[in-house]
Amino acid sequence: MTIKTLLMGTALTFAAGTAFAGGHLCYEGKTLTEGKLTVATGNPAYFPWVMNDDPASGEGFEAAVAYAVAEEMGLAADDVIWVRTSFDEAIQPGAKNFDVNMQQYSITPERDEMVDFSAPYFSAPMAVVVVGEGLDAAPTMESLKALKWGAVGTTTAVPMLTSMIEPSDDPLLYGDNADVTAAMQAGQIDAALFDLPTALFLSAVMIEGSAVLGQVPADRSENPDQFGMLMEDGNPLKTCVDAALEALTESGALAAIEAEWLQTTTGVPLIAE
Amino acid sequence: MSQIDNVGVGGKPRSRRQAYEDKLRRKSLLIAVMSSAAVVLAMVVLVPMAPGWDRVVKSFFNWSVMTRTFPGLLEAFVQNIMIFAWSAPLIAVLGLVIALMRDARSPVLFPLRIFGAAYTDIFRGLPVILTVYLIGFGIPGLGLSRPYNSPYLWGTVALVLTYSAYVAEIFRGGIDSVHSSQRSAAQSLGLSDRDVMRYVVLPQAIRKVVPAQMNMLIALQKDVALLSFIGPVEIFRQAGVYKSLSANFTPYVGAAIIFLAVTIPATRYADYLMQKQARERS
Repeated sequence: MTIKTLLMGTALTFAAGTAFAGGHLCYEGKTLTEGKLTVATGNPAYFPWVMNDDPASGEGFEAAVAYAVAEEMGLAADDVIWVRTSFDEAIQPGAKNFDVNMQQYSITPERDEMVDFSAPYFSAPMAVVVVGEGLDAAPTMESLKALKWGAVGTTTAVPMLTSMIEPSDDPLLYGDNADVTAAMQAGQIDAALFDLPTALFLSAVMIEGSAVLGQVPADRSENPDQFGMLMEDGNPLKTCVDAALEALTESGALAAIEAEWLQTTTGVPLIAE
Repeated sequence: MSQIDNVGVGGKPRSRRQAYEDKLRRKSLLIAVMSSAAVVLAMVVLVPMAPGWDRVVKSFFNWSVMTRTFPGLLEAFVQNIMIFAWSAPLIAVLGLVIALMRDARSPVLFPLRIFGAAYTDIFRGLPVILTVYLIGFGIPGLGLSRPYNSPYLWGTVALVLTYSAYVAEIFRGGIDSVHSSQRSAAQSLGLSDRDVMRYVVLPQAIRKVVPAQMNMLIALQKDVALLSFIGPVEIFRQAGVYKSLSANFTPYVGAAIIFLAVTIPATRYADYLMQKQARERS
């Protein structure tokens, strides 16, 4: 049984239950299309957040969370519509083509001024992927400084890199994970900073001869990265999504999804002072 | 007042016709001022009445974001200038060489003509960004070691290849525009083919294409930003980083201002050169 049919089954039972009770559902009148939840993901969407770039399968951490949230809000799996956006489309002023946008968006106070975030659905430590010369580096801040660094320019890895590791050579920045991967394979950078699940995936599957050197302890980053669903500023749906996420966190369902889709993060050493 | 009005250039009394033309001129000036004022007024008054205006101001013209990010953008712009500064001379030299190849007239040099034609066809036909990607990631991927795999190096190569193809075509146009009678005349004076090109054709050809090449310089100056796709943190990437961190597009507006501060004077200068040339020709 796939998770989708499983979710659909439970969703149907749930929907039947609420319909029978005749209760008022939180999301009513607040979504883009009445009775549907439009969720945006990246183009392409990356493993392990969405498997095989097919969010409608419900496979992958973010896809599964989206379906779980929809179910919790009282929507059937069929009522979840997927669209694709870039980061820029997500933050541009004006009408949006999504209710919520899930692309590992870190919640920061600066971003919160411009858009709304749901309650966090994942806390991600940052991790260091190394290749080539970087493989010989020790997992200490001192030895990391000497490496040639790269990162995705649109992520919070950039301020973390410049404020915490302070590499002696200016880091190179790229548009997305694929370009960082290409630069690592071309030997242009020794090390790159990603959130831990992405780092584990890239190292295991995408970048030949690479390794995850270690994760950055949460207390070293002033603001451990928490992923939230991005919404238009002042979206009334936020309260519904937050309530659903809270319920999923309390029931342990969120943790179960995390356990299913995200590789266990234990055993990745911390980076020392 | 009326006395001055009645005196034209050189102290001669103005004719009725001159007075009439002046009146027309004043009238059209007045209309131009009024219509410009109306357009500006409409923009200032009507655009902010759009329902999303507040949101747009907050996203694109956010003063606090601007003041916070502008110095960083200026600093990143130094990279653009550097890449531009070392690319431009290389492009000029390679462009001229390719143009000369295409102009090779000796049958022995026919392969050079073919090469020149293929070169310009390929690199003018490819989007710059594609060339930057393929060369910037592809060639270092062959296993070059540092520093020979630097994205600055191969990004520059990509820019030089693309732009020299355009520049070569402009040079070729200049060379073709020198009338063949000039070559014949020079040859009849006993100059070798090489000297004909060097002392007769090229000096005229290059002078003719200077304004067109100025436009290529302006385009190059903007396209340097494409190198950001393969790693270098120039102004476009830096603006993108600020944009992501603040979820605000104001840093892009800041970058646009910096670009314009450089390109508008350069464009005006190119226009001036073109007008000057047009005057000299007529």
